[in-house]
Formats: sequence, structure tokens, C-alpha cells
Amino acid sequence: MNLTVALFGIAREIVGQSSLTLTAPAGQSAAGLLADLRTQYPALAGLRSLAVAVNNEYAAADVALHERDEIALIPPVSGG
Amino acid sequence: MSSSFSASERQRYRRHLQLTEIGEAGQQRLRAARVLVVGAGGLGCPILQYLAAAGVGTLGLADADKVELTNLPRQVLYGPDDVGQLKVEAAARALKRLNELNTYNLHPIRVNPENVRELVAGYDVVVDGSDNFPTRYLLNDACVSLGRPLVSGAIYKFEGQVSVFNYEDGPTYRCLFPEPPSAAEAPDCNTTGVLNVLPGLIGTVQATEALKVVLGLGDVLSGRLWILDTLSFQSRTLRFRRDDVQSQISLDTANPADYFDVSCAPAPASLSAAELRQQLAAAEPPLLLDVRGPLEFQRRHLPGALLLPLPELAARAAEVPRSRPIVVYCQSGVRSAQAVTLLQGLGYANVQTLSGGLEEF
Repeated sequence: MNLTVALFGIAREIVGQSSLTLTAPAGQSAAGLLADLRTQYPALAGLRSLAVAVNNEYAAADVALHERDEIALIPPVSGG
Repeated sequence: MSSSFSASERQRYRRHLQLTEIGEAGQQRLRAARVLVVGAGGLGCPILQYLAAAGVGTLGLADADKVELTNLPRQVLYGPDDVGQLKVEAAARALKRLNELNTYNLHPIRVNPENVRELVAGYDVVVDGSDNFPTRYLLNDACVSLGRPLVSGAIYKFEGQVSVFNYEDGPTYRCLFPEPPSAAEAPDCNTTGVLNVLPGLIGTVQATEALKVVLGLGDVLSGRLWILDTLSFQSRTLRFRRDDVQSQISLDTANPADYFDVSCAPAPASLSAAELRQQLAAAEPPLLLDVRGPLEFQRRHLPGALLLPLPELAARAAEVPRSRPIVVYCQSGVRSAQAVTLLQGLGYANVQTLSGGLEEF
């Protein structure tokens, strides 16, 4: 299935674009997606806190993804 | 209901008094409220302006910094005449001009684990406009310890985030972001650019939420993170839940390393390879601490060195004896400098980094 992932904060810097489209096996979990992205973009593995949002809901690691889900990677930001 | 507001106050706050959702009772709540704003920078300025103008009776301003020329485009309480002056003093002058009826408490301090409890205890609501992760985690944990709501806002380049943590048993900052980012992933303290109007947008949303918390108005942004991306002009609201473990973490139970900013600390004490050789030949040589990975250690290390990889150092700092002078080394001196800063933050007094690392030894 094809997934589109919106990127925020430093995750956007790392990937170099504001969203990504990628192909994932059916039933891929949120944690699985994150692991794949971390393989593809090793600098993402350096981010200790990186929230995965699925349909504007904080996604636990085992949440299964679906093709039309709205997915976002949201790291904390610290500027003031 | 009889009013304790003067005719001039009634006139000043008329637009609030006209709202049935606020009215006299609400305006009195604002006057009785004590709100602490941490950071009098980009976010702090609009937060303070609107809370002061709204008639929040007691406003605390906490910031140790002085006004710099580079602040002026986005820290709109200050002008060129204020450069070099303490932000809290310059801000208080501007706020008194806006609203002379409030009390302004000035705290020209950097919030740290030693002073945070007393500071937060004097207020009902905390608004976070700080510019670094350690302060954000520290304020979160203090608000958990003392049972205060935390109106949090943060910015990055063209993006901002707002949420209200620890509000009526709602989730905390740690429920959303359990692990404090490492120094490596935090952008450089003062070197990241930011669109000047962004803190104005985010700070006014924080002021809105602070007023709602004080007034008990509407649905407070608790359990939700609002994200604004000004470039795409998209905003989204992420829902998240209270985590039973993370929401319990307080000042008393947190890892002290969470409050220490490795990236923004002053340069650590260092010594050269020649100086280290001298010390190692002395009667009481220093303890050598190797903060590289196990494979690097296996390849080559200094005799007698203790291996404690940098990523594990904060959690395993108890293994480092406090009784001896310590020299930290790595391959080139980068990781060891971070380790020294971290150890100093944990109270290690006699700790140095080997400048140039093993490569120069």
C-alpha cells in the first residue's frame, strides 16, 4: 500500500521535504513504518522522541496503518 | 452583584465585562490570578502583553537574559534603548505602561532544579515560553510535583506547537514526548533562524489558553497538541492520552540529566595530551573515563580506563566515582567534551576532557 507521511520540525530537515510518499506492506504498524524510515534516513534514528500521528491521533507502536490514513511524524520543538 | 472594580476599571475592562462568559466574576478571577511566564523572549513578549492588558493581577516574569539587538524583530516589548538591560526589567517597564494596575514579580534567574519549586509554588498557572528542552522538562516536572497547569508553546523556523499539560489530570509533556531529545538532535541554541511573526502567533494562542484556564472557559487545549505550519498554512490538532507511567514523572523521580543542556553549556575544562601524560605518571593519577562505543574501546583504549559510552552516561552516571579527579576521553574530543559538561551538570567538580582525544595522544 502507498502511504503519505507529513513531516514536521527537525524530521522535515532530515528528510529534506515536508511530506513523503512510500510503499509499505499491508497491515504495516506505526512502529514498523518508523523503523523503515529510520533505515532509509539514519538521522531519524537519532531522534529519541518522535511522535507518530495517525488521523490526528497519537499512535501507539502497534497501531496498524491503512492506505488512506493521514500520517505525520512530529518531533518536539524547543524554540521560544 | 456588587463590584469591587472602580469606574475606571469598569471602563477599561468593559469588553470583557460585556461577555456573559467572563463578566465581573471572570474579570475578578483574572485580577486574583497569579500567572508565571517563563521566558521573556519571542513567546514571552506577546504572552505577557496580552495577559497584562487583560488584567491578570499578578504576573511573574522569569528570564535571566539581557536584551540583544538580534531580539528586537520578534521580541516586541523591547526597543533599541533596552539593549543590554535585563529583559524582565525592560519588559516590566513596558507592561506597566500597558496596565499599571497589575503586580509584576521580576525573577531575573535561569530556572533550574534548585529554584524551580519555590518559583512555581508562588503561582496558579505556568506559561512556558522558554527556548530549550531542559527547561521544558523541568517546568513540566515541577508542574506535576506542585499540581499546576502548564500552558506550553514552542517554535521552530516556520512552525509552532501549543498544548496545555497537566490540566485537571490531563496528560503531561512526557506523555507526548517521553524522552528528552539529546544534545545532538536539539538545534543549536541561538543559531536557528525563525520567522519574526511566528512567536507572536504562537504566544497569543498560549495567552488565549492561559486565560481560558484561569476563567474556566470553553475546552482547554488539554490532551491535544495544536501544530501550525505557516509555510503551508496548515494546522492540525493531534490528540494524545495520559500515559500512566510518564504522567507520574515529577521533580523527585526524573533523571536529573533531563534538566541539563549539554549543547548550550559553557566550554568544559580540558587538558592536552602532554598534560595527561604528566598526570598519569603522578602518584595519584586521575580516573580515565572512555565515552566511546565498546567496539572502539576494544580496538584501542588507555590502560585502566572505565568504559561508559556517552549515550548511556546520563543513566549510568552513578558508576562514576566522585572521590577522584576524572579525565574523559573519546576519539577526537567531541563526545568527551559533551560528557564533561554533562558530568559537571551532575555536580562533578574535578572533571576534564582530553583535548584532541586519542588521536592526539
